[in-house]
Amino acid sequence: MGLENLFHGFQIAVTPFNLFITVLGITLGTIIGVLPGLGGANGVAILLPLTFTMPPTSAIILLTSLYWGALFGGAITSVLFNIPGEPWSVATTFDGYPLARQGQGGQALTAAFTSSFVGALFSIVLITFFAPLLAEIALRFGPPEFFAIQLLTFSSFIGLGGGDPLKSLVSIVLGFILAAVGLDIVTGQLRMTFGFVDLMKGFDFIVAVIGLFGIGEILLSVEEGLSFKGIRTSMNLRVVLDTWKVLPRYARTFVRGAFIGFWMGFKPGGATPASFMSYAFAKRFSKHPERFGKGEIEGVVAPETAAHAAGVAAMLPMITLGIPGSPTAAVMMGGLIIWGLQPGPMLFKDNPDFVWGLIASMYTGNLIGVLMVLAFVPFFASILRIPFAILTPLIVVICAIGSYAVHNSMIDIWYMVIFGVVGYVFKKLDYPLAPLVLALVLGDLAENALRQSLIMSQGSLAIFVTRPIAGAITAVALLFFALPVLTPWWRRLRGNPTVAHET
Amino acid sequence: MKLEAVLAIVLMLLIAVPASAAAWEPTKPIEFVVPAGTGGGADQMARLIAGIAEKHKFSPRPLLVINKAGAAGAEGFIDVKGRKGDARDHTIIITLSNLFTTPLHNNLPFNWRDYTPIARLALDQFILWVSTTRPDKKDFKTAKEYIAAVKEQMGKPEQMKMAGTGSAQEDQILTIQLEQALGLKFTYVPFRGGGEVCVNLVGNHVDSTVNNPIECVSHWRAGRVRPLAVFDTARIPVGEWKDIPTVKEALGADVSYLMLRGIFGPPSMPKEVAAWYVALLQKVSETPEWKKYMDDGALKPAFATGLEYVKWVEENETLHKELMAKGGLLKK
Repeated sequence: MGLENLFHGFQIAVTPFNLFITVLGITLGTIIGVLPGLGGANGVAILLPLTFTMPPTSAIILLTSLYWGALFGGAITSVLFNIPGEPWSVATTFDGYPLARQGQGGQALTAAFTSSFVGALFSIVLITFFAPLLAEIALRFGPPEFFAIQLLTFSSFIGLGGGDPLKSLVSIVLGFILAAVGLDIVTGQLRMTFGFVDLMKGFDFIVAVIGLFGIGEILLSVEEGLSFKGIRTSMNLRVVLDTWKVLPRYARTFVRGAFIGFWMGFKPGGATPASFMSYAFAKRFSKHPERFGKGEIEGVVAPETAAHAAGVAAMLPMITLGIPGSPTAAVMMGGLIIWGLQPGPMLFKDNPDFVWGLIASMYTGNLIGVLMVLAFVPFFASILRIPFAILTPLIVVICAIGSYAVHNSMIDIWYMVIFGVVGYVFKKLDYPLAPLVLALVLGDLAENALRQSLIMSQGSLAIFVTRPIAGAITAVALLFFALPVLTPWWRRLRGNPTVAHET
Repeated sequence: MKLEAVLAIVLMLLIAVPASAAAWEPTKPIEFVVPAGTGGGADQMARLIAGIAEKHKFSPRPLLVINKAGAAGAEGFIDVKGRKGDARDHTIIITLSNLFTTPLHNNLPFNWRDYTPIARLALDQFILWVSTTRPDKKDFKTAKEYIAAVKEQMGKPEQMKMAGTGSAQEDQILTIQLEQALGLKFTYVPFRGGGEVCVNLVGNHVDSTVNNPIECVSHWRAGRVRPLAVFDTARIPVGEWKDIPTVKEALGADVSYLMLRGIFGPPSMPKEVAAWYVALLQKVSETPEWKKYMDDGALKPAFATGLEYVKWVEENETLHKELMAKGGLLKK
C-alpha cells in the first residue's frame, strides 16, 4: 500500500508552490538552528499563526521544512564554536569542535550534514512502509520500558570517559541535582528552590549547555592569550567530495546510528539519548577509541545520524498516535488542530492527502535541505577565518540572545554566565562535562519514569524485570554496567591481555 | 517652517482621530502568555486565537504566543503579575485550572484577584475513559461494570490505575472526587500531558483516565478507548458525544468538574484597554474556525465577561479550595 500512496503524496509535495515553501522553510530553519536557544520548537511556534491561511498540506510542509533546517543547522555551531544549538547536538561537539580547531571544519560539517541526511532517509523509509505497525510497537512502551531505555543510555556511557571515575561521578551527581530543581510532577511540590521564584522553573538544559560548552570554551581561549588568530580553511566545495570518499568506511556506524535514532526517536524526548547512545556505541566498537574526543570523523557521524533519524521518527507518534515525539512536534500538533485536522490514529484514514503529502515532503525536504547546507559548507567553514577578537564578542552576543530566547527571561543570561564559569573550572580541573550534561537532560525524564513505574507496581522493582520489553532492555543495560569489569577478565581468559584497559 | 506646521497638523490629526473615537489600540505586538507547555489544550487555544486574529485582521498588531510553563504555570502567572505600563497593556494570559490549584498547592504568591479579568471563553469537559483492548480481555461497556471491577481490585496488588496530568491538578482532584463519592481507591499515576495520558491508556499501561474529550477523541474513533461517563450535570450536546451518559446517570453520583479556559490581563489594566481585548475575543468567538474547534473538542461555549465572569471565578476558587481540602492537596 505504501508505494502507491507515496506517489500520490509526491504529486502533492512536488508542486512549484510547495517546493518554494520547502526552500523557504529550510532557509529559515537553518538560521534558527544556527542561533542556539531559539530552536526548532520556537521557530515553528512563531510561524504557526502565519500558516493559518494556507492549505494544511502546504502549512505542514513549511513547518516540517523549518524543522529539517533546524536539525541540519544545529550542527553548524556545535562544530564551529562548541555551542550545541539543540540538546541532541551536544555529542556532535565532542569531535566536531576538535576537528574544526584542526582546520577540518569543512570535513566535520560535511560529515555531519551527510550523516543527518542518511539518518533522516532511514527513518522516512521506515515511516513510509511501516507506520501503523511501528505505532503499535510504540504503544507497548509505558513508564517501565521508558525507564529501562534511560538506564541503557546511562550504562552505554559509563566507563567511556576514561579519566578519573570519581570525577565522572561528581559530574554526574551535579547534573542530577540540577535536574531536580523546580517542580516535581509526581508530587506537584517545588524542590530546591529555597523560596526563590526564579529557581522555580528549574535549569533549562539549553542554557546550561550554551554556558558550559560555549562560554566555557571562550574563557579558555581568552586565557590562552587571544593567540588564536583564526583558522586557515579552503573555500572550496572539493572538501565535500573528499569527505564523501572517506565516509563509506563508517557504514556500520551509519547503520547503527540510524537504527538507534529511529528506535529511540519514536518515544518522546528520544533524540538526545539516541545521539549520546550512538556516540557511545561508536566509541565502544571502534578500533581506535582513543581517537574519540580528539577529532574523529566517526564521532561526528554517529550522533548526527542518530539525532536526525530520531528527529524524523518523532513525527511518527504525532501522525499515528496524536502524541508529540518532540517539543517541535508538539507545536506542529497544535497546528494540525488549528488547521482543523485531528492528530491521532484516524489521520491516515480521514486525511490521506495530508499524511502522504507530508511523508513525501519528508523526502523532498531533506534532499533539498542537505544539498543546500552542503553547498554552503565552504562558507560556514570559512567563518573560522575571522580573527578571534572579532568573532568572540559576536559569539557571546549570540549565546546571550539564545539563552534569553529559551524562556524570554533575563535570569537565563545570568545562568549562562554562571554555567560558563563552571564549564571553565571543570575543564581546568579536568572534570568531564559530558556526564553532567547527560544527567541534566535525562535525569528528570528518568526520575519521572522510575517513579511512575514504582507507583504502578506499588513499590515493587520487579516491574522492570517481569514485563518482557522492559526486562530485556534492563538486562542489556546491566550488562553494559558490568562491562568495564568483565572485559579485562574475558580478555585474560582468552589469553590476550595486551589490549585490556582500553575503554 | 511651513512644512513643520503641516507635519504638526497631520500628526495631531493622526493622534486625535483614534483618540476621539475613545478606543485604545495596541501599538506593539501583544504578548499572549500560556502558563503551560507547547501542544497542550491551553497552548492550542492561544495559538488558534492568534491565528484567527491574524487571518481576519482583528488586531493591528500580531499576538505572540509565549509559553511560560515552569512550576505548573506559576512562572507565567508571576511574570504577568509584574508587568507595568506599556508592557501591561500589551500582555494577556490564558488560564486553566492551575490559576487556582498551583497557588493553593504550593503557596505561591499569586491569586486570580491580582489580575484583570477579561473574558471566559469556554469550559472544558472531562470524561472517564477505559481501554477496549485490555490484556485480561475484560471489556467494560458501562461505568457501572468498570466501577465494580475497581472495587474488586481495591487493596490488591493489581489495584486499578488512574492516569492523569500532573499532581494536585484537575485530573487528580477529579479522581479524588470520584473516589470519595463512590468509596473507591485508585492508584493515581501522574504524567506530563493529556496526550501522553491517553496513549498510556491505549497501551494498557493504566486502566482508566479522566482525559478532556479532545485528548482522546482520535483514539475513540479508532476504537481503542471507550468513554463511559461525562463529568458534567448534562450530556455534551454535539455529535457522537450525545450518547455518553453523565456520571449521575451512569453511577448515581454527583461528581462534576469543568475547567476554565479564560483570559486575564496584568494587574490594574485600564478599562479601555481591557475593553479592546474583550471586543477582540468576542469577534474571535464568532468566527466559524472557533466554532469548529469548540465542536471538534466538545468544549462548552461559555463566553462571559465582566461581573458574570468574576462571579464564576469566585465560585470556582471556593470550589477548588473545598475539593483540594477534602483530597488533602492543600499546602500544609
